[in-house]
Amino acid sequence: MSLATIADGVVPQQNWLDKIGAGHVILGTALLLYPLVGSDFFLTQIAGYSMIFGVLSLSLMLLAGYGGMLSLAQITVAGIAAYAVAILGSNNSNVLGFGWPWWIVVPFAVAAAAVSSALIGWISVRTEGIYTLMITLAIATATFYFAQQNYAIFNGHSGYAGIHAPVFWGIDWRDPKPFYYLCLGLAILSYAAVLYGSRSTFGMTLQAIRDNPRRMRALGYHVTAHKVFAWFLAGILAGLAGVLLVWFNGRVSPGTIGVDVAIDILIIAVIGGLRHPIGPFVGAIVVILMQTFAIDIVGAERFNTLIGLVFLAIVFVSPDGILGLWGRIKPHLAQESLRAGP
Amino acid sequence: MHRRTLLALALFTGLTAPSMALAADDTIKIGLLATFEGPFTVLGEDGERGAMTAVAETNGSVAGKKIEIVKGSSDASPDSAVRAARKLVEQDGVKVLVGPLSGDEGLAVKDYAKTKPDVTFINGTSAAQDTTLRNPAENFFRFSTDGAQWMAGLGTYAFKDKGYKKVATVAEDYSFPYTQVFGFMAEFCKAGGHVPSKSWVPIGNKDFSSVIAAIPEDVDAIYVALGGADAVNFLTQYQQAGGTAPLIGGSITVDQTVLTSKGKLRDVLKGTPSAGPTADTNDAPAWKAFVDAYKKQPGAFPSPSLFAHGYYVNMKATLLALDQVGGDVSDGGKKLREALSKLSFDTPTGKVSLDKNRNAIADIFLTEVTEGSDGNLLNKLVKVVPQVNQTLGIPEDEFMKLGAVNRDNPSCP
Amino acid sequence: MSILDQPSSSSLSGGGVTRRQAWGLVGLLTAAIVAWLVFAVWPQWLNAILISKKAFVSAILNGLTLAGLYFLVASGFTLIFGLMRNINLAHGSLYLLGAYIGYEVTSRTGHWLLGVAAGFTVLAIIGVVMQVFVFRRLEGDDLRQTLVTIGISIVAADLMLAVWAGGTYQIATPEWLDGALTLPVITAVRSNGASVFLTYPLYRVVVLAAAIVIGVGLWLMLNKTRVGMMIRAGVDDRAMLSASGVNVHAVFAIVFGVGAGLAGFAGVVGGSALSVAPGEDVRYLLASLVVVIVGGMGSITGAAIGALLIGLAEQIGLVYFPTYGVVLTFVIMVVTLAVRPQGIMGKAR
Repeated sequence: MSLATIADGVVPQQNWLDKIGAGHVILGTALLLYPLVGSDFFLTQIAGYSMIFGVLSLSLMLLAGYGGMLSLAQITVAGIAAYAVAILGSNNSNVLGFGWPWWIVVPFAVAAAAVSSALIGWISVRTEGIYTLMITLAIATATFYFAQQNYAIFNGHSGYAGIHAPVFWGIDWRDPKPFYYLCLGLAILSYAAVLYGSRSTFGMTLQAIRDNPRRMRALGYHVTAHKVFAWFLAGILAGLAGVLLVWFNGRVSPGTIGVDVAIDILIIAVIGGLRHPIGPFVGAIVVILMQTFAIDIVGAERFNTLIGLVFLAIVFVSPDGILGLWGRIKPHLAQESLRAGP
Repeated sequence: MHRRTLLALALFTGLTAPSMALAADDTIKIGLLATFEGPFTVLGEDGERGAMTAVAETNGSVAGKKIEIVKGSSDASPDSAVRAARKLVEQDGVKVLVGPLSGDEGLAVKDYAKTKPDVTFINGTSAAQDTTLRNPAENFFRFSTDGAQWMAGLGTYAFKDKGYKKVATVAEDYSFPYTQVFGFMAEFCKAGGHVPSKSWVPIGNKDFSSVIAAIPEDVDAIYVALGGADAVNFLTQYQQAGGTAPLIGGSITVDQTVLTSKGKLRDVLKGTPSAGPTADTNDAPAWKAFVDAYKKQPGAFPSPSLFAHGYYVNMKATLLALDQVGGDVSDGGKKLREALSKLSFDTPTGKVSLDKNRNAIADIFLTEVTEGSDGNLLNKLVKVVPQVNQTLGIPEDEFMKLGAVNRDNPSCP
Repeated sequence: MSILDQPSSSSLSGGGVTRRQAWGLVGLLTAAIVAWLVFAVWPQWLNAILISKKAFVSAILNGLTLAGLYFLVASGFTLIFGLMRNINLAHGSLYLLGAYIGYEVTSRTGHWLLGVAAGFTVLAIIGVVMQVFVFRRLEGDDLRQTLVTIGISIVAADLMLAVWAGGTYQIATPEWLDGALTLPVITAVRSNGASVFLTYPLYRVVVLAAAIVIGVGLWLMLNKTRVGMMIRAGVDDRAMLSASGVNVHAVFAIVFGVGAGLAGFAGVVGGSALSVAPGEDVRYLLASLVVVIVGGMGSITGAAIGALLIGLAEQIGLVYFPTYGVVLTFVIMVVTLAVRPQGIMGKAR
């Protein structure tokens, strides 16, 4: 595994630029300056939306790439945060809506997401490997149906509408530029956190558990606890993405957390690559661009065939997604970057 | 060079695509939002045929400007409808948008409309009550009627003419069927009827036999508001279970998609009364002319569905109003919206005008399923309920007191 | 984990026998209560609680026949998993494709049995093709195999939508399967003393019978034939089977063919009982998933038990608590997982 390679590489004394990596600096600057050239539509509908789904897929990548647990319940976890925002904050659906300020709502929503994620993790780590996929799929579907049928909490099929992003410091955070920076901030933060976390003691332990759970158990590690904690962390990421998603859409309904969306997230992660935390973001941009402009190019009717074929091709040709393809096209560069670290 | 940097630069340059291309002066862009993906694709495409029929009537131009239709596609989920609307408005730069197709999409697009006061939104066929009744948007217009209006006259007809005193209802468990049941019961209960049992069936349930067995045996009729596959399943299983109580149909329960499906469900359908914005055997010359014009569209059904009809009416209204203002939307559409609010015109199904919430007042058709001369089932026109408004003729404050529709409202056991 | 889960008599722990006796007693008691509920004329208070006897008995019967259908779909799923550790998430697509093919063949030839045969055969061939051209190339990589099935299901669903559009199709059943059976179950007594007997569609009884026949057939195939022996050996140790000179790939292809064929068969049978429409693929995939998770992955007996539980829960839920009936099946699944992660008949790993 390349991740192990990154961590194993002997790291010499570095200055700050080397530590962060020149690539990251250039990419970061470009993203910071992007609003100068991008239209409002591209800022939110493409870039912002991609970063939200990027973070969602990142939470899946964290579980799958480092923990070997393939989850289809990430959108469910995000949905719990989104519903929490609608219920605790204010909405115009005349159901619940406690009207709490955003700085109370957001921590609550993210905490709810993280705890439910840990719970889902606790149920699904009782089985192993490929089972996780099935069980999380079933949990995602159950939540979808429950949300659709329950009017007291989830407001049924219609869900909640009229949810607004907060306005503070004189800025409406749903305006294109602020919202873009909000998404960018979250994306960078979660990217850095996952990158850092993967080299932390916990990250290394998790990867070791992924590779050989029996040995780790024999060494005295609490395997289940580590896995559930990984779910908890992934839940925080998914929860934050869920909060941004509900601010982005201004609404949340069972359709937001449907099985098709759950599979979209898996597609994004696999297309981008599960090997490195940048993969989910690359995948998200590719998929969202395709999704948005398919109607102008191939017509919306057969969009799913297109994305399905791309997905199949990626799984067949390059198990590591677009990142893997890139690595093949530029083997030397890839090799070098693995040594130097990003 | 760093590989990820290269990747990022590639993406970055890709993302500086041109911002909204403004329409040239001699064309006018109209967004058309319908379900062009997912299981409702067939319905969305028929909606498009309806809209294009209206465009064809003016030879593709209005007030000397060429009409350019920009399509937006949703999969019938509110999220995707808003995303498609955003793309049409923010990327393609349309100032006039016709759509969407289904009820929850309509509610979502109305909410979005509030954030874009410069853009004029005209409904497609979405028929949720609250799109216009409660908390409406100033720039959202609906020249088609809502799901409760579609039921006008049916409750009274069932009670008085058919003599049904006790009716059980079976409907899908979401907002549109709530609205239809509401429309039916508002009249039926007022006339003195009783509804002892309401079965709300989760969407996507295919096996209705247990539901059928649980319907009380002493009811005079069963009111069914199910659509598409669910309707076909229910009717077949009702026939298999040897059901004898006559049926009353919701607007989409007895439409052509269900009537044309093969199998033994035909026997239980004959004589089923229903109501809706259209009738298959409408002899009015305007309707016949519309059917002929509609049939020129590629892939047209033998008879326009209510989606073709709804999109036609709304697109027609849009073009008439655009014509009145000379195709000028440069003032943020203010003049256009004024023209739309005052618009009153003759559609293939009678006169249509708007109320103060910008919701249509139009004729509703009471129908009964009969076998046509060619053996096909169709909805025979029984009578026209003229000029139904959104409060079904009930004074507004009294109507609002009935409350929002849900599983338990209204109730008359 | 084994495909067949023969009760291994008293080789369990010492307390096993008494526990089994206790369970037997509980089972007998339940059966007695159900028998009384079905055949006795209900007193008024019972009608008040359970809506009506007709509703209750119908829900039970519908639950049983739905279980039969679920078993047909899930048996193929669990068979494939048991041998190849491959979760075929395109199984629902196979079901739906089988149903569409059955519809086309039946409506063109007018012979329902031909439609059933076509549904099984075409899908069995597709299954073998999938095994040879897709899964064999990804052998040993369970995760990628599963991801590929997701891709296939997405493309298949969209292409089927392109061909058959969003309409609802119903496969016409032949005359001799139509009509209703009058069961010796009294649902009510009229005021004039005449008894009203319950009628039940014949076709649904046939579905249940077909499921039982297929179930027994699968059991016989696995336990009494050479191929079955190889499959069982493959389940326990793939490498060993291959080393003993058996063509493992042929065994895999047969199992995949039978599994996919069963999905196609179930599609035609289910499409005749209910209907064929887009979205059914996901529905039956989820049903199979829940059935085999509850019953235990890879076990035919488990699939039967899981199907029974889920079918009954779904129908009883629909009548007595329609709002959360759909969630009920998933609750059963989560409870099973919490108590017995490997499923009811699954072997602990």
